[in-house]
Amino acid sequence: MKPTTQQLTDFTTQVRRDILRMVHAVNSGHPGGSLGCAEFLVALYQSVMERKEGFEMDGKDEDIFFLSNGHISPVFYSVLARSGYFPVSELATFRKINTRLQGHPTTHDHLPGVRMASGSLGQGLSVAIGAAQAKKLNKDNKFVFALLGDGELQEGQNWEAIMYASAKKVDNLIAAIDLNGKQIDGSTDEVLPMGSLKAKFEAFGWNVLEVKEGNNLEAIIAGLNEAKSLSGKEKPTVILLYTEMGNGVDFMMHTHAWHGKAPNNEQLENALAQNPETLGDY
Amino acid sequence: MKKYTNTGSKDTRSGFGAGLTELGQKNENVVALCADLIGSLKMDDFKKNHPERFFQIGIAEANMIGIAAGLTIGGKIPFTGTFANFSTGRVYDQIRQSVAYSEKNVKICASHAGLTLGEDGATHQILEDIGLMKMLPGMTVINTCDYNQTKAATLAIADYNGPVYLRFGRPVVPNFMPADEPFVIGKAIVLNEGTDVTIVATGHLVWEALEAAEALEAKGISAEVINIHTIKPLDEEAILKSVAKTGCIVTAEEHNFLGGLGESVSRVLALNNPLPQEFVAVNDTFGESGTPEELMEKYGLNAKSIIEKAEKVISRK
Repeated sequence: MKPTTQQLTDFTTQVRRDILRMVHAVNSGHPGGSLGCAEFLVALYQSVMERKEGFEMDGKDEDIFFLSNGHISPVFYSVLARSGYFPVSELATFRKINTRLQGHPTTHDHLPGVRMASGSLGQGLSVAIGAAQAKKLNKDNKFVFALLGDGELQEGQNWEAIMYASAKKVDNLIAAIDLNGKQIDGSTDEVLPMGSLKAKFEAFGWNVLEVKEGNNLEAIIAGLNEAKSLSGKEKPTVILLYTEMGNGVDFMMHTHAWHGKAPNNEQLENALAQNPETLGDY
Repeated sequence: MKKYTNTGSKDTRSGFGAGLTELGQKNENVVALCADLIGSLKMDDFKKNHPERFFQIGIAEANMIGIAAGLTIGGKIPFTGTFANFSTGRVYDQIRQSVAYSEKNVKICASHAGLTLGEDGATHQILEDIGLMKMLPGMTVINTCDYNQTKAATLAIADYNGPVYLRFGRPVVPNFMPADEPFVIGKAIVLNEGTDVTIVATGHLVWEALEAAEALEAKGISAEVINIHTIKPLDEEAILKSVAKTGCIVTAEEHNFLGGLGESVSRVLALNNPLPQEFVAVNDTFGESGTPEELMEKYGLNAKSIIEKAEKVISRK
């Protein structure tokens, strides 16, 4: 049975707490983008994706997901743990020596739920395309999802992949762009303006959906379901997800300052007070 | 000395193509990807026989490596094909993160390696690829010497689970390895036994090493010739066993001496049995246009150079 919106909201609040506590504990990591994508990953893993129990690398006959912007690992790890891939207590090891929860996700340490290392930007979409084409060869009609950062689209490999996916009719692929308009050095418009991503993806032959409320669980689910309904018609689909970096913590929003900075003790306390415990802290 | 016969000169890339064709029939999980060089890589037959398992990526090597990594997740065994330069240097970070660090079963198959690419010149003549690939943890690095060995290696790497870099070339060269010689990854092949000097050669230099050994024999020098098709993991035992007998070694490769086979051999000697070594390799420079023969002569990568280095290394014992 699908969880209710209230259940998903509670789940998301707990994920926010996890993110904040994880980056605070090691005084490093990327809270801003993680908080901005919390609703998306919760919606994906808790409501939209058809997943099997347990974890098999090949992901046959289930929907699979690739995180291309690997620096938002805190949200990925929290959602994976709370979706049952590994013990929630392991979140306490994030970025610490001998952990499976490396600064950026990796398969190297066999963390269940991760199928590809990411961190060096621009590589995830190509990998997702390969996995989607393998599903077609295997007569597996499940989906491949991918999440990319918007700043990440400045990497040229993405445009090779975007061109290829439509040319080769990879229509079991749903990519989402975390359109928070911010990157390390400032806004994407300051760093390298990318113009209309909608027009660019359309020109490259993709279905383009826009989710203007990218931190609204119901809007995200509706967008993902619409994307699924467009599959199988010879076009890949992209969702432009308008998110707010740092969402859910007032002082982390409307700025790029928290892209890669951890809160201090006082800031953590403030942030957690805005997100009361729901499912239990790790 | 044991005589090896050239059974008919062929290019090593055609050995790759023949191996891939056979794999297409034998193993339905094998898929092939190419970045707009089907003819050059001899992938035409695979494409014709298995269009559904063939992926023309276009001139987009970074995307090709990523797609190959993704295909492994669905249980496929991808063989990527392009020139060695575009297979390695151009896509180093993609191989590093999406293939090597992610431990994906991708076979990176690279033709036109080294100077023998010839007239196209230095932009295409990569002499650093062995170094780049051998530095990646978990990467197997193979450089085959002739058509038969390239075909055998192509078949063998499909049965091995892990990332592999398979390096071969463009020119037509002697085909002398027995067609039925089994290819064992990481297992060197002693082609000729000798007592005065060990010559460890890889790729196109193996035939040159055999010719050098014959000429040395005429001068009364007994050279042991080892065909070291796998540079990583290196068959340390075979090298140490040989130098224990000969007391000196010459390494020969179509690669920069920095980062190549020679340096890997030096490390083995330094750790186990420090002995004189000489290098037949490119002396930290780029290549240039010319015929393969002219280039190999100019850059000192032929039997003549091996003979000179063998005599020199013996004098240092």
